[in-house]
Amino acid sequence: MNKNSNIYTFVFAIIMVIVIATILAFTATTLKPLQVENVRKEKMQNILSTIGVEVNRDEASESFSKYIKQQLALSPDGTVNESVNAFKMDLHKETKKPAEKQNFPIYIAEKEGKKFYVIPLYGSGLWGPLWGYIALDSDRNTIVGASFDHAGETPGLGAEINQSWFENQYIGKTIFDENNNFVSVKAIKGGAKVGDMHGVDAISGGTITADGVNDMVKERLKNYIPFLKNN
Amino acid sequence: MAKDKEALFSQKNRKLLMDPLNDDNPITVQVLGVCSALAITVQLKPAIVMTIAVVFVMGFGNLIVSLLRNVIPNRIRIIVQLLIVAFLVILVDQVLKAYAYDVSKELSVFIGLIITNCIIMGRFEAFALGNGAWRSVLDGIGNAIGYGAILIIVAFFRELLGSGKLMGYEVLGHKAKTVAESTGVYQFGYENNGFMLLSPMALITVGVLIWFQRSKNRKLIED
Repeated sequence: MNKNSNIYTFVFAIIMVIVIATILAFTATTLKPLQVENVRKEKMQNILSTIGVEVNRDEASESFSKYIKQQLALSPDGTVNESVNAFKMDLHKETKKPAEKQNFPIYIAEKEGKKFYVIPLYGSGLWGPLWGYIALDSDRNTIVGASFDHAGETPGLGAEINQSWFENQYIGKTIFDENNNFVSVKAIKGGAKVGDMHGVDAISGGTITADGVNDMVKERLKNYIPFLKNN
Repeated sequence: MAKDKEALFSQKNRKLLMDPLNDDNPITVQVLGVCSALAITVQLKPAIVMTIAVVFVMGFGNLIVSLLRNVIPNRIRIIVQLLIVAFLVILVDQVLKAYAYDVSKELSVFIGLIITNCIIMGRFEAFALGNGAWRSVLDGIGNAIGYGAILIIVAFFRELLGSGKLMGYEVLGHKAKTVAESTGVYQFGYENNGFMLLSPMALITVGVLIWFQRSKNRKLIED
């Protein structure tokens, strides 16, 4: 057989690609349920962590149904849209829709008799998407917990946003000022002043990621103002 | 002509495994794969997981290329090699996502970057295409460990000096907002060197390592 002929080359390439594609397709399909389950449980863990419930992955489902009492999707005017499943919403797709057509998911949790409001976030950082959750106290103003994550921010710099030292800074901050105007909470370059109710320390070397977090928190929370003020 | 059966770990085979650790190190001697050595050495943990992933990909990659070396058409061999690396990397990525979800999140984009690691293509092309299966596996693992060792050394210094931590633990003490509240070396006014977290310092660290290695290893000194 002439190994330098075109036919041999083509046949070899075709066989090689088919064999590899088959193995990969098989692996991907077999592992898909496990991967989806991991993502689903992680989402539950993240939501629970903002209201101070830390569980491991195996207990996530159980604790989630114990603490999360309502999962609502809100219309832009703050009313509840019954036809949408809040947990299954894909914020990446949702944020691409025109503003008046979007729905905004919110989770209402109850822990030790107190009500908490958990709001999912979605935005973009330096290299890719950012997402997270912010939990508000029953006054619908004070933050009781925040959880952020990212797809591929720089380790040691922007990637620090998912570390507890950064997330815990948000606890106790308020999103409305004394006159009840929405101001959000910002990560401030050079460090927030002591006693600043709307600012936390940013990350040195991670300015663009921190700016992304600021935009994400502000842009997403803005949509919930009608709901937070009225109901 | 029948060849003499060689022992699995004969001196020649051991050399394949050990040489890349020092005399023929892919990063400090051949100066390959520097790109990824800059990117993933900010912290120790990703560097270690990356090393394990590269050992797997390179060991199996060299094995597959070596087994196929007599049937791969010469004109498309580079594409075939690329296909094999990509196949193994996707496999690692999928398995990690299913069974070691936290590790896979830690490494995120870097797993995909293994595909572009020039050491891997370099070993396929330079070694596996011309040598038997067992020798190729040893060569692959040896080179991957040689690469990983440098990665881990660089990451050790960058994490220690840049963030005062190792594997995420604060080994130098805790740095609070004021000097008075801090513990460990920070209470004497020590500051982390933020420059260590940026890529240029990785290059300088690799440079210092090369200088150190050449001053110790007589074999590397050129006339």
